[in-house]
Amino acid sequence: MSEIKPNPEENKPSSVAVSSAKASVPAAVPPGVAQHQANKGNEAPKPPAPAPAQVAPKTPPASASPKPSATPAPPPAPLPNPLAHLAAPFQGVDFKLKGFHADASVGPDQVVSVAEQLDKDGFSLDTITGVDWLAQGQMEVVYDYFHPVRGLRAAVRARIPRDNPELPTISAVFPGANWHERETHDFFGIRFLGHPNLTPFLLPEDADYHPLKKDFKA
Amino acid sequence: MTTQETIVSNLADVPRSNGGGVETFVLNVGPQHPATHGVLRVKMTMDGEYVLRAEPVCGYIHRMHEKMGENRTYAQFLPNTSRIDYLSAMTYTHAWAGVVERAAKIQPPPRAEYVRVITSELNRISSHLVWWGAFLLDLGGFTPLLYAFDDREMILDLLERITGARLTYCYYRIGGLYNDVDEEFIEGTRKFVHHMRPRLKMYRELVTENIIFRKRLIDIGPISQEMCRKYGATGPVIRGSGIPYDVRKAEPYSAYPEFDFEIPHFREGDSMARYLVRMEEMAQSLRIIEQALDKLPSGPVMAEKVPRVLKLPAGDYCYAVEAARGRFMVRIVSDNKEIAYRAKLRTPCLSNLSLFEEASQGMLLPDALALMGSLDLVIPDIDR
Repeated sequence: MSEIKPNPEENKPSSVAVSSAKASVPAAVPPGVAQHQANKGNEAPKPPAPAPAQVAPKTPPASASPKPSATPAPPPAPLPNPLAHLAAPFQGVDFKLKGFHADASVGPDQVVSVAEQLDKDGFSLDTITGVDWLAQGQMEVVYDYFHPVRGLRAAVRARIPRDNPELPTISAVFPGANWHERETHDFFGIRFLGHPNLTPFLLPEDADYHPLKKDFKA
Repeated sequence: MTTQETIVSNLADVPRSNGGGVETFVLNVGPQHPATHGVLRVKMTMDGEYVLRAEPVCGYIHRMHEKMGENRTYAQFLPNTSRIDYLSAMTYTHAWAGVVERAAKIQPPPRAEYVRVITSELNRISSHLVWWGAFLLDLGGFTPLLYAFDDREMILDLLERITGARLTYCYYRIGGLYNDVDEEFIEGTRKFVHHMRPRLKMYRELVTENIIFRKRLIDIGPISQEMCRKYGATGPVIRGSGIPYDVRKAEPYSAYPEFDFEIPHFREGDSMARYLVRMEEMAQSLRIIEQALDKLPSGPVMAEKVPRVLKLPAGDYCYAVEAARGRFMVRIVSDNKEIAYRAKLRTPCLSNLSLFEEASQGMLLPDALALMGSLDLVIPDIDR
């Protein structure tokens, strides 16, 4: 026999409901619209893009095949780092060429602390994904973040050995990481240590394969 | 066996103060429930009419688009993107064309960018209209759906004229557009803008100001700014919580910087706020379309010299667009071949739904479904 609960609406001070109702009555100009301030300062400061050559030192190009298409002239001066105030080793990236403002390669033991720094800085988790570097025997986990107020985009990457792909979960910092990590586990078999529920997310519940591994055969 | 154990442990996890241990049962909503608009399953642990825990179960319509992205050329993958969020196909193809253009340094001509904006915004309105009709259907109002589909029909006819498709458009091409728009489309779009403004006013008077409707939404399903941030919610969900985050302004792309428009946002964070964001957004889209039609430049709609065999330089590239449901981002990792080494699709509905479990705790079941409707879910967008 279940207890009959009072309707929560009746418990509420009616003034709350009324004031809220007022607040959201659509007037000719809805309240939110009037307050809108154009997002300024969203674009990370970027200098005139240096010749469209390689951007800052980055993770080595993927292709195991030895030969960068065209070895370019001297490396351009590094771009200003919009996240220089964080301890994480971020480097500035030309947004126009790449689609993000800052990039950091960290060790698997640092992903949680970087997530905490970005969390404190007001970032939001965009997505988490993996890349299987079969030829190098490595897996790369890429964490994408965006800043909902400043409009910045940051990528954090960590490389782990392909035969033992493990790294700690960041779902305690960003609960939204829960599903992204489950999906990455589905597709790549990467284990996120400490994850509350690392069960198949998009794949069938009995799936024992990881379709985005480069040696996956259907 | 295992399910039995999970259920028992689920019940044990709920503290008594939260209604646990009284008399609970598991209610399976979906995967074919009318309120889930697709194949979404939600395992709800209930105490009478109250939701103790709602756990979405995803993957029923998973098609592994990301694997398909790794076994076909960039141009061949383009039609896939319009089948992820089928209600917002234009913006999705925009992101894919955009990321390839960014990596290959192809600049589409201005006319193409303007037409992209016009068609994307038309698509946004048609998507919001479907949401509006279906959302009211969830809440028990049948008639608005017919009004919404009536208006949407005009958009579909316009887009069908130039794209050849009514839903899963593949109109944007790498470097421009499939074909140019004609006078009839431009005139038809102007007519639609004039038709739609009074309709929005009518919807406001008939539905938005309806007291029964308001009682179903006001203060229902509040989502805080912090929750949005922690779960990566975007689109009308984050704007309904008072953060004016919109990719069109935050990471300006295409011709959007050339237009004057507002980002509607409301502080309340309840289902009503998310409703109002979308309603106001339709008016803003009309504003953008009108400006784009007035300023539509002449010229070609395809960039010159788009190579037939397109190899992107090694590296990774992102491109985000503001789709009808929020931030859609493509991340391509290229190893200098004709085919992407990795194609990641970041979809807004996945992040928006991921906060449902936390946000729906302790709600009445019909209110939880109102909250779910206000998130505007498209299931193939979650499952990809």
